[in-house]
Amino acid sequence: MTQRVAIVGIGQTNHSGRRPYHNDGEVIYDAISAALADAQLSIKDIDNVIIGDMELFEGHSLNDAMLLDYTGAEGRSGFKMNTGGTVGSMNVISGWYNVASEFSDTTLVIGWEKHDEGPTTSAITTIWDPAINRPFEVGAISGLAMISNAYMTRSGCPLEVGAIVRAQASDNAARNPKAHLRERYTVQDVMSARMVLYPLNLLMICPTSLGACALVLAGEKKARKINKKPVWIRDHATAHQVTRGMDFMAEAGKIDTSMTVTGRKIFQRNHITKPMEEIQVFEMYDPCAFCQPAWLEEFGLCEAGQGWRLIEKGVTAREGSFPVSPSGGTLCTNAIGDTATVRVAEAALQLRGDAGEHQVTREVKMALASGYGGMYWTDLLLLSNTLD
Amino acid sequence: MANEVVKKEPMFTEGYVIMPYKYSVGTLASKFFIEIRDHKKINGVKCPKCNIVIVPPRSVCIKCFNKIEDLVELSGKGTLVTYTVAHYDSAVQAMKPPYAIGVIKLDGADTAITHFIGEVDFKELKAGMKLEAVFNETRNANILDIKYFKPVKNKG
Repeated sequence: MTQRVAIVGIGQTNHSGRRPYHNDGEVIYDAISAALADAQLSIKDIDNVIIGDMELFEGHSLNDAMLLDYTGAEGRSGFKMNTGGTVGSMNVISGWYNVASEFSDTTLVIGWEKHDEGPTTSAITTIWDPAINRPFEVGAISGLAMISNAYMTRSGCPLEVGAIVRAQASDNAARNPKAHLRERYTVQDVMSARMVLYPLNLLMICPTSLGACALVLAGEKKARKINKKPVWIRDHATAHQVTRGMDFMAEAGKIDTSMTVTGRKIFQRNHITKPMEEIQVFEMYDPCAFCQPAWLEEFGLCEAGQGWRLIEKGVTAREGSFPVSPSGGTLCTNAIGDTATVRVAEAALQLRGDAGEHQVTREVKMALASGYGGMYWTDLLLLSNTLD
Repeated sequence: MANEVVKKEPMFTEGYVIMPYKYSVGTLASKFFIEIRDHKKINGVKCPKCNIVIVPPRSVCIKCFNKIEDLVELSGKGTLVTYTVAHYDSAVQAMKPPYAIGVIKLDGADTAITHFIGEVDFKELKAGMKLEAVFNETRNANILDIKYFKPVKNKG
């Protein structure tokens, strides 16, 4: 009782900072309509609906119920995912479980956010342990700043590499009409931005965006009938990681980070020994400018200390030998609950050859997409355009 | 029709949610905070199975899922693992910027604690520097009884 699972429909709204005329349900409906149109299906063909939810981000909760008419879930099975930053990828993984188990043949997964309407930083601050951490942390960014600083110390990565990552992302986003921040920046522009939380300046931190992304997943037989270019979810892994400063046990080698655990699982299970050759593109959930260099290493894609050197050499650029986040990534677009769904969607578009102006120059047969957040947790998905 | 709608002014419903809370810190952390309040001592906990020392205390070992019952005394001195300096202000912050937050590994502990770093020139902050806890005069058995960690001055 298992079947292979493919992505057969991809829909994404344009992302922006404000969209005052539309409510969250209307934004979501746009993404669903685009995904159903891409799959040439109607809502009647959908068995099951899974929606991501970031508690309190828009000042309300139980969004699966409140927005049910907009999501097409009336009379269907499904549920909401609520795993923090990994919501967007965990709803894809949950969709995989539903279809792979043959519980449903078609599942609609929805990631969304409308950051212009709610107290995001206040809501994120409630994730910190009230007794131990809450007075010291500032939303999600203080933790990222300290991770970045630790990476720079242990690897010798210079501050300029963060600016290279951001400048590269800006060039990618400028080619991607769905991205939020599409202005092109030079390394010099990024270096001169206002410092927010050292070592992260304003341009080295992801924005708060709004938008939605929907995917239609289908079982193998159905997928081949629906879409000429199904994208297969080959494997996925999730790892949780302790926080509260205890995560810095990883610095001392006492625990593995969630990236290390998921990367190792995916590469071992799929007999991938040279990941940067066997996999051609990585849409990484990269919420600050030092995530790419640090996490290339932690995922096991390259040796420790080499991540920032690869970026300096241009390896991760759109036309490089291992492009990372050619969509512009999280640094240019971050509607949190939809961010990790967008990573999967963008990796799938690269595999279909449908990414348009931001299509990578290398031929893509296998791709990675990651989700991150919910207290340093990671989802990693391996996608391919054939089942060979 | 949709185009006609967006020519008019957008309408919003605005509101506030006030969310008071009371959070039990747990059995071991209660002892931990009382030791800070009454004796200005920072304790950790030691897993009886794998010997890992965790601070701030947790009642279950992160490595072997063993129940932990006992506190061990630490010196209140430690090493800076990583840090950030906040240059911006928001409603949820406990201090006016600029200020420094650090992750500090206390001597004898295997984990690290997040706290403010005070009495320091931000330019002198460096991973690996030695720090010691400074306590508030008035203490209420919470994490802010530790005022901040400050650099240990070399003697002579």
